[in-house]
Amino acid sequence: MSELTLTVMRLGFLAVLWLFVIVAVQVIRSDLFGTRVTQRGSRREAARPQQAARPQARQQAAPPQQRGQQGGSGRRGRNAPTKLVVTEGTLTGTTVALQGQTITLGRAHDSTIVLDDDYASSRHARIYPDQGGQWIVEDLGSTNGTYLDRSRLTAPTPIPLGAPIRIGKTAIELRK
Amino acid sequence: MSSTTNSPTHHTSTIGAIGAPSRRNTELALLVFAVVIPVFAYANVGLALDDQVPAGLLSYGLGLGLLAGVAHLAVRKFAPYADPLLLPLATLLNGLGLVCIWRLDQSKLLQSLPNFVTAAPRQLLYTALGIALFVVVLIFLKDHRVLQRYTYISMFSALVLLILPLVPGLGANIYGAKIWINIPGLGSLQPGEFAKIVLAVFFAGYLMVKRDALALASRRFMGLYLPRGRDLGPILVVWAISILILVFETDLGTSLLFFGMFVIMLYVATERTSWIVFGLLMSAAGAVGVASIEPHVKSRVQSWLDPMREYTLSRQGQLGHSEQLQQALWAFGSGGTLGSGWGQGHSDLIRFAANSDFILATFGEELGLAGIMAILLIYGLIVERGVRTALAARDPFGKLLAVGLSGAFALQVFVVAGGVMGLIPLTGMTMPFVAYGGSSVLANWALIGILIRISDTARRPAPTPAGNPDAEMTQVVRPS
Repeated sequence: MSELTLTVMRLGFLAVLWLFVIVAVQVIRSDLFGTRVTQRGSRREAARPQQAARPQARQQAAPPQQRGQQGGSGRRGRNAPTKLVVTEGTLTGTTVALQGQTITLGRAHDSTIVLDDDYASSRHARIYPDQGGQWIVEDLGSTNGTYLDRSRLTAPTPIPLGAPIRIGKTAIELRK
Repeated sequence: MSSTTNSPTHHTSTIGAIGAPSRRNTELALLVFAVVIPVFAYANVGLALDDQVPAGLLSYGLGLGLLAGVAHLAVRKFAPYADPLLLPLATLLNGLGLVCIWRLDQSKLLQSLPNFVTAAPRQLLYTALGIALFVVVLIFLKDHRVLQRYTYISMFSALVLLILPLVPGLGANIYGAKIWINIPGLGSLQPGEFAKIVLAVFFAGYLMVKRDALALASRRFMGLYLPRGRDLGPILVVWAISILILVFETDLGTSLLFFGMFVIMLYVATERTSWIVFGLLMSAAGAVGVASIEPHVKSRVQSWLDPMREYTLSRQGQLGHSEQLQQALWAFGSGGTLGSGWGQGHSDLIRFAANSDFILATFGEELGLAGIMAILLIYGLIVERGVRTALAARDPFGKLLAVGLSGAFALQVFVVAGGVMGLIPLTGMTMPFVAYGGSSVLANWALIGILIRISDTARRPAPTPAGNPDAEMTQVVRPS
């Protein structure tokens, strides 16, 4: 085999090896921009600019839906929520199936959803069904309060479908 | 059904994929690339040595391609959202290792050695077994959190694995380091390679429970958080065990890996820099202490400090000295920037262990600085994907386990590469995936399997938000 061919093969192999590394790094790059980073300590509107499309659509659609929920109790059977979804905060994406049990929220380790949130109390709030099957959220005397949509809870309150329950930086919704 | 979710206390952001495409096709494309590169190298070795394409080229390429294909299909079926890079990177390293081992098999000098065996076919068999183990891990480990149940069983089995080489009749003292066990009929096995995975499981399970106590109960002193005396207990125990390994098995590598992994995981679990400071001080004190007492470790340190003297003594025929390290350094040097080309180096002068502990020197000579950098980068990318998996994982156990496994992998690469290049004293560990050795290949494929399982769980898209019921009922009326 001629010296020239071997030199070409030698340099060609190194080029191919580096090409692989570069392609791999490109894959990582596309992976980086395909993710969202939820910053703690910054406002959620500022934190997720790329994600604006989906939450906005949901927020715009939410008020009429809530009115519909509160007004017509006859629709409850069909629109009964089946799961509870964490939509913001460190636990984003966690779901808990609603099967008539009481769900406790807080930093305590025996809570159904253990909140990892500096603003949450150890036993912060609970969510339970009343006799009619309507889900109720009740603040358990937490330090920083529980918010349903924008208003701070003072008494056990029925939860409309899709309305965010806010505890510190965590938001939870009931969904079908 | 109530599910308890726990989440890390100390991180500042969560990273998750949006839409999370499964990226399996990217993986397949990279995998094809990763099989083609070793086949190219194989042809290149044949052309350089015998002026002809080696006879086994087709079967070798098909064999590696088949193994990679099986692994890919297993990932597609059992871990569809897993990281797309881990499998191709590991396959490429394994393939390059096979080529390099085959290339050293062709060396006349190595063939003349008394204990020569054709290593490449065996290594191909180990690779097949390793990929089989990888598939088994993916099939049977549906959720990595299951491992959390076996925290203390893991501790026990890791200790057993580490002690096994010392059991009389079972352990084998090969060239001074007692890290092998003999299994009659099967050959020898390095239990330390498997112990690193089992230990990562134990450390992750243990630290997940204890980290609050370790992180919060501390006093501030000169900018460092000093842990309370009683919280030093675990690190002291692990340190003592790793010192015992060093003394009784005379293996610096396993000892360093064992202790380093614990310090890394402790730091990740508690975010306290003081643990790193303590860890470095303790390992330095331990290493210096043992090196001044234990003769085997002492001779390793001496040959690290002055490899040329070691070479001269070995040439003069004195027993107990080895010219390997100096030969490896010369191999790196003669490789230069672009290397001598496949099959045209003289790294077989290292003689014994040229295809296992010292395989990096062959890469250094034949591919040069450019090639060795690419290989080290590929190792770096595997570690990066592991740490990335840890960032994306939602459960603290998965986070710690992924960090522990990738940390152990990184430490092993550092210990071996550093040893061969003369940065730290040489140890008896093998370069993951590249070096000849069944235990190493099997254990590292299992490690990649667990990382792929965690990354599948971490990258799996969150349940899709339920459609708005009112929006679904909205009807669009078009004038016709």
